[in-house]
Amino acid sequence: MDLENQARIKELAEKYGPENLVVILGGAEAEASGLAAETVSNGDPTFAGPLAGVQLGLPAYHIFEEPIKSLVDAQVYDEQVSMMEMVLDVDAIVKEVATYREQYSKY
Amino acid sequence: MDYPVIKGAAYALVHAPNLLLSQGSTQCLERAKNPDSQYLKDLPGRLRCYQEAVNYAPNQVFIGNLHPDSLADMARPWYENSPQGRAEGKFGEIMAEDYFYGLLKICDSFDLVMLEQDFARQVREKLAGHPLFAADAAAIGDGAEEAEIRKRIDEQGAEALWLDGKLVGCVKRAHDWDVNLNAHVMLENLSVKASAVLALKNLLARHQVNPEAVDYIIECSEEACGDVNQRGGGNFAKAVGEVCRCVNATGSDVRAFCAAPAHALVQAAGLVQAGIYDNVVVVAGGATAKLGMNGKDHVAKGLPVLEDMLGAFAVLVSKNDGVNPVIRTDCIGRHNIGRGSAPQAVIEALVTDPLDKIGLKITDVDKFSVEMQNPEITMPAGAGDVPAANYKMIGALGVKRGDIERQDLAAFVEKHGMPGFAPTQGHIPSGVPFIGHAREMMLAGEMQRAMIVGKGSLFLARMTNLFDGVSFLIEANTGTVSGGHDMEAVKKVVAQAMRRVAEQLLENQ
Repeated sequence: MDLENQARIKELAEKYGPENLVVILGGAEAEASGLAAETVSNGDPTFAGPLAGVQLGLPAYHIFEEPIKSLVDAQVYDEQVSMMEMVLDVDAIVKEVATYREQYSKY
Repeated sequence: MDYPVIKGAAYALVHAPNLLLSQGSTQCLERAKNPDSQYLKDLPGRLRCYQEAVNYAPNQVFIGNLHPDSLADMARPWYENSPQGRAEGKFGEIMAEDYFYGLLKICDSFDLVMLEQDFARQVREKLAGHPLFAADAAAIGDGAEEAEIRKRIDEQGAEALWLDGKLVGCVKRAHDWDVNLNAHVMLENLSVKASAVLALKNLLARHQVNPEAVDYIIECSEEACGDVNQRGGGNFAKAVGEVCRCVNATGSDVRAFCAAPAHALVQAAGLVQAGIYDNVVVVAGGATAKLGMNGKDHVAKGLPVLEDMLGAFAVLVSKNDGVNPVIRTDCIGRHNIGRGSAPQAVIEALVTDPLDKIGLKITDVDKFSVEMQNPEITMPAGAGDVPAANYKMIGALGVKRGDIERQDLAAFVEKHGMPGFAPTQGHIPSGVPFIGHAREMMLAGEMQRAMIVGKGSLFLARMTNLFDGVSFLIEANTGTVSGGHDMEAVKKVVAQAMRRVAEQLLENQ
């Protein structure tokens, strides 16, 4: 996960409290999305960024996941995201992100 | 209307495993943060030799010896299943690292490159036998003693040049304190210049273009040359043209991350169509920083480190000759600032908006050339198959617009796409690698249209979160040259005048 994004998420968690944050991912690939979900919950597994060894425990969802998708205006979702549902392996992405969320999220 | 033409395209690769170790950003950061890491210990054992890099089928596609579609039929992984390849290709060549060090010296205007004397002699003889550099090889000179080179490295911050574990030279810093002129940056920039020279020399020689006929050069790589007061001031273009003896040209550098080649080609087309210049070269050299960029993933997954190639290309845009494929300047796609970065908006802006302007559907384009990164490099690094994802997006937009049926999406991707084959050198894979193939196919009457799509991740510079992209359509030449006039309009005016004369004659009778 991008080191700059790790720093920003760490700062937001310190400012607002991790219990008040949800991370929404837009990754195009299962492994990378899972890695991001793992990083914001259990810490950076590559030990390269500011979240190395930092277990924020944040829950991460992909925008494709129903609990998030259902919150978005249907027309906006259609314009911004729906095309990508045809392109990406939605099931694999959702499964990978859910795996890390269920394992490491504290909230 | 007379559109400008793609008169020639050349592609070059440099096998650079030692520059990968010393200059690649991933390796440099690792050495700084974790000098005893297992990755740095394992990495040298995962590097390819020159012949393996030559044989590698994606590299053969890049220099024109294989067609991109041939990769679709080849068993994966390509690094284990590639047939014998050749260093010289239809579009260019694959240069070995020792030759390239010699070329760095040929391109060195400020006496910054020092080559060890035995190595200098050897590489001078080798380059004297190279058809493109025979006249330049003497510029390598006699070289320096190894002790002098070691002193520069140990005491004066020079960057070492290694070959097979042996010190063969160094690049000196160009200023004692200016970080933009330190030895690392100078080697990075000289590598851009030298690899661009390799591509431009191939372009001029393979298409029998007199260097003196080139009017303007646009360089569009991703590095910046300049000093502390003007980082990125330029000008690679003129420096490259000087080595290639384009004495009548001037030039400038265009920077737009990976999208720069597409921007540069649109600008070149505009300059030619406007009649400002007759012959404009768009050229780019390779990026040493990106060598081994995903090396950690490749090593961890037991692959050879495939990012050991510097990439370079050169394209000549000229006045309509009635033969070569045209750039349809009425079909330019651009991702404008207000468009938003949703994938759908991006694909609309770059693909369907320009096609709509001239009344074409996406199925009217034979092949789309998008980000042509080699998937064998990107997939182990978690970035997926980039061209395949782009083709699916174009097809999915076609489904949403009703141009194609949902069930035909996979067939669309197969027919209008192709496997990625370009090294992950940022700007190098971005649309342009297919121009050479497209030109050949159009000249052979095998293809009517290809769309070149370049995209750029501007957020990396931290100046904006905006995405960027530019596209254009290449089309087979109709064979009609109007000489700067719209012949249809002229015919209409003449016909109207004759009709009036005839009517007056009848009235007078």
